[in-house]
Amino acid sequence: MALTLDRNEAGAPGGVSVDARDIRRAFDGRVVLDQLSLTIGEGEFVALLGRSGSGKSTLLRILGGLDDGYQGDVLVPKQRAVVFQEARLVPWLRVLPNVTLGLSGGSRGALKGRGLAALDEVGLTKQASAWPVTLSGGEAQRVALARALVREPQLVLLDEPFGALDALTRIRMHALLQDLCARHRPAVLLVTHDVDEAVLLADRTLVLVDGRITLDLPIPLEHPRRRGDPGFDELRSRLLAELGVEEH
Amino acid sequence: MSTVEVLQAPRADGALAAAPAAVLVRPTPAKTHRGIPIPRWARRLIAPLAVLGIWQLVCSQGVFTPIELASPVAVVNAGRELWAEGQFQSNLLISLERVAVGLAFGVTIGLVISVLSGLFHWGEDLIDPLVQAARSVPILGLLPLVIIWFGIGEAPKIFLIALGVTFAIYINTYSAIRGVDMKLIEAGRTFGLGRLGLIRRIILPGSLPGFLVGLRLALVHSWLIIVVAEQINAKSGIGYLINAAQTWGRTDIIMLGCTVYAVLGLIADFIVRRLEKSLLAWRRGFEGA
Ligand SMILES: Nc1ncnc2c1ncn2[C@@H]1O[C@H](COP(=O)(O)OP(=O)(O)OP(=O)(O)O)[C@@H](O)[C@H]1O
Ligand SMILES: [Mg+2]
Repeated sequence: MALTLDRNEAGAPGGVSVDARDIRRAFDGRVVLDQLSLTIGEGEFVALLGRSGSGKSTLLRILGGLDDGYQGDVLVPKQRAVVFQEARLVPWLRVLPNVTLGLSGGSRGALKGRGLAALDEVGLTKQASAWPVTLSGGEAQRVALARALVREPQLVLLDEPFGALDALTRIRMHALLQDLCARHRPAVLLVTHDVDEAVLLADRTLVLVDGRITLDLPIPLEHPRRRGDPGFDELRSRLLAELGVEEH
Repeated sequence: MSTVEVLQAPRADGALAAAPAAVLVRPTPAKTHRGIPIPRWARRLIAPLAVLGIWQLVCSQGVFTPIELASPVAVVNAGRELWAEGQFQSNLLISLERVAVGLAFGVTIGLVISVLSGLFHWGEDLIDPLVQAARSVPILGLLPLVIIWFGIGEAPKIFLIALGVTFAIYINTYSAIRGVDMKLIEAGRTFGLGRLGLIRRIILPGSLPGFLVGLRLALVHSWLIIVVAEQINAKSGIGYLINAAQTWGRTDIIMLGCTVYAVLGLIADFIVRRLEKSLLAWRRGFEGA
C-alpha cells in the first residue's frame, strides 16, 4: 500500500508522534467522528477544543487504545499515558502503588523510588501512603498526573484534567504540566473546554465541530504567556468564534 | 458567638436593616452526647441482655412450666452437667469440625467457579446456568438422597454444607466480579497491566466486598444445614444433642443447643466484621456513623 511507504508502526517519519487518518466513529448509527485526520509532532503540545458532546473524549479514547470500534488508520507511540476526566485512582491501592501501577522494569525499590520522585514533582510526597478516598479532588488529579508522567510516555493524553479544579490549583497545575513537558518532551494532546487554557499552554489548538477538525490554529506566542499579552486576545477570539461564542 | 456578630454586622449600618432576619439553623443536628459515652460493644450487648433478663423473669414467675421453657439458669446448669460428663465439648467439637471442613471445601470451590465464571465468557456459559438452577433446589431436601449416596458418616453432612457454602460464595463473588468498575479496568489496561495484573490488582480486590458478603451468608447457611443434618442422621454433634434431649424430655438441653448456635453465629459474624474492617479499610464511611 502506498500509505505504508512513508509510515510504519514504530514511528512515523519526520518526528511524528500521532498520525491518524480518516477516523470515523459512530455509535448506533450516529456519527460522532467523521473522516477526521490528525497529526501531532514529537514533543508537540496540542490542545483540542470542542463543545460538550462533540466527540473529544471519543477521539482521545481511540488514540489511547481504549476503543477499537472505529474505522480509519491510527498510529501512536507504544508508550502512552492517559489522564482521565475523573482521576480514576484505584480505591484499594494507596497513592504510591496507584502511581506505580503497571510499571515494570526495575526492582521493587527502584519502582518505588520512581513513584516517589513523581509524587514529589506534583508535591504529594506526604500523601504517598494515603487512601485515594481521603484525597481532595485536586490532589487526586495530581496523583493521576504523576501516574501518567512516571511512565515517561512519548504521548500524553489529557481529558479535561483540570476541569474540576479551583483557579489557584489550576494555575499551579498548568505550571507543573509545562515544567514536566519541558523536561520529558512528550507529545501532548490536551482536551479542554477552556479556551484560555488552550492559548496559555498549547503550540497548536484544534477545534472539533460536527465530527471534524474545523480549525487548526498555531499559537506562536512566547512562553511564559499571560492573558492580555499582545496576540493572546486575538487568538482567543478566533477560537471562541469557531466554537460559535459571540464576545461582547 | 463570633459568627452571630458577623451576621448582624451588615444590619448595623442600615443598608440591610429593613430585610427580615433569616432563620438560621445548624447544618448538622446538635450533638446529644450527655454523660459518659457507652462503648460500641457495650451498646450491642444491651438488647441480648434484656432478652435474657425477660426470659429469666418469665420463667421464675411461672408463666411457663420448666418443661415448656427452661430458664437461663437451668440452661447454664444443663451446660455444666454436660460439660462435666464431657458431652458438651465432644459434641461441640464435632459440629465445629464438620462446619470447618464444609466451609473450607465450599469456599474454595465457590471461589474457583465464581472466578472462572466471572472472568471468562466460556466459563460463564458453562457454569452459571448450572449453578443458578442448582441453587434453587432446597439443600436440605437433598438429605434423603445424600444419605443414600454417602451413607450416614461424615460425608453427607460435609457435602451438604459445602454445597450451601459454594452457592452463597458463588452468587455474591460472581456478581461482584461482574460489577467491578469498567473505568478502573480501562485505566489499569492503559497503564500497562496485563490480563493477570488486571485480575490480581483490580478485579479480585474489587470483588472482595461481594465475597465477604457471601462469606457472611455462607457461615449462616452452614450452621443452619449442620443443625438439621445432625438432627436427622447423626450420633454426635450439637444437632444430635438437641434431638436426643427431645426424647429425654430435657428442654434445658434443647435451649442450651440453641444458645450455642446463637453464640457461634455471633462469633462468626464478629470474625467476618473484623476481616471486613482490615481488608476494606480503603472504603471510607465503612464503619458507619
Ligand atoms: N460508548 C458510547 N455509546 C454511545 N454513545 C457514546 C458513547 N461514547 C460517547 N458517545 C456519544 O458520543 C458523543 C461524544 O461523546 P464524547 O464523550 O466524546 O464527548 P466530549 O466531547 O468528550 O464531551 P464533554 O466535553 O462533555 O466531555 C456524545 O453524544 C455521546 O453521547
Ligand atoms: Mg469528554
